[in-house]
Amino acid sequence: MNKNSNIYQILYAAVMVLLVGTVLALIYMALKPKQNENIANDTRKQILSALHIAAPDDSQVKETYEKYIIQDLLVDRDGNIVDSAKNVAFDVKMKKNVKLPERQLPVMKCKMDDGSIKYVLPMYGAGLWGPIWGYVAVNEDGNTIYGANFSHEGETPGLGARIADKDFQDEFVDKHLFQEGEFKGVVVLKKGLKSVTGAEQIDALTGATITSLGVSAMLEDCLTPYKNFLMKLQGAGGAKCDAGPVETTESETNNNQPE
Amino acid sequence: MLSKKNKEALFNPLSKDNPVLVQILGICSALAVTASLEPAIVMGISVICVLAFSNVIISFLRKTIPTNIRIIVQLVVVAALVIIVQQVLIAYNYDVSKQLSVFIGLIITNCILMGRLEAFAMHNRPWPSFLDGIGNGLGYTIVLVIVAFFRELLGSGKLFGYQVVPQWCYDHGYENNGLMILAPMALITVGCIIWVHRAHNKELQED
Repeated sequence: MNKNSNIYQILYAAVMVLLVGTVLALIYMALKPKQNENIANDTRKQILSALHIAAPDDSQVKETYEKYIIQDLLVDRDGNIVDSAKNVAFDVKMKKNVKLPERQLPVMKCKMDDGSIKYVLPMYGAGLWGPIWGYVAVNEDGNTIYGANFSHEGETPGLGARIADKDFQDEFVDKHLFQEGEFKGVVVLKKGLKSVTGAEQIDALTGATITSLGVSAMLEDCLTPYKNFLMKLQGAGGAKCDAGPVETTESETNNNQPE
Repeated sequence: MLSKKNKEALFNPLSKDNPVLVQILGICSALAVTASLEPAIVMGISVICVLAFSNVIISFLRKTIPTNIRIIVQLVVVAALVIIVQQVLIAYNYDVSKQLSVFIGLIITNCILMGRLEAFAMHNRPWPSFLDGIGNGLGYTIVLVIVAFFRELLGSGKLFGYQVVPQWCYDHGYENNGLMILAPMALITVGCIIWVHRAHNKELQED
């Protein structure tokens, strides 16, 4: 047969593509359950890491997660709980969620070994090369950050990718989201710059300006909707007023410091 | 099994005909994944697998492939293998697959692959093609590992993620060289390796 005839070439290409497509589809289907399990476990690991908990072993991530996360919540912008079914917050796909006009606001409620309660809030935003996401754990007072974890899809190794490093994430610990009763969030700023809103600040990563700005924008975009929810937590922590939250002891000490 | 010609196919790419050092192919990924050793090695292994098997497949098909669409056929084979490697990594080594992220996909554009398919697999039998693929993959991996060794050691004071530069060095004013982490220093490191390599192989020197 003539190898250079049009018919032969078209048939060759068609058969080849069909064959390769089928093989790839089969492999994809065969590996899918295992991959989904990996991805879910990775998410669990990130959430636990925001709570400073490490699973003893990679095979026990799920057990550890289920031990500490006691309840999944969905809240609305007014801070009311709208859903608390099992895994309802864990199953929220943040990638789609942040684009919705009326987002769902997932919260994972966690009980630590010492009995204290933490709330984990998921975030999702954009870095330099692709999406970045993370989890911020807030203390029961609805104000102090207990821990944070950030991940990225393809930030530059050694530069933007350092948002996934412990050094950067540890800077968030003990930062306050409220200043003098007003929600300010936290901002990531170049060392030496002063935040204009009065929010507490995290030092930006050298050489990774856009990723740092991305983290800052993500924090603002994803924490602000929880404002009322966090205020309610503060209210439950011993305050009385609901218009402007009265500080709990912890945030009061903080407010006395010059900012 | 290993005739003289086959030995050449397997061992020449390691030094005398090294794809990175002599043919200057695959530089882009050599710069991108060599900030530390582990991703460099996984990348090397992935390239060896994809290169060896795409060489074998193309070599089996070489008599049936229409000349006009041979590049497309080669690309389809390489792309399919790369996707398989990527999916297997996600399923069995999720952490590393996350680290390598886009670079595994970019194996498709690695010039070494198309180069070997065009230059070797299209004209040789499957077994020598397999050896040629392994050889070139290894040649690429060796360079990657050398570059990654220096970059990780000087850039972050670590090897395989373990701290090797002791704390007292830092206490006495030693600093990690942040430049080593950046791509330009990878290029300069590759340049230095090529320099040393040519200095040792007189026959490679050009006027």
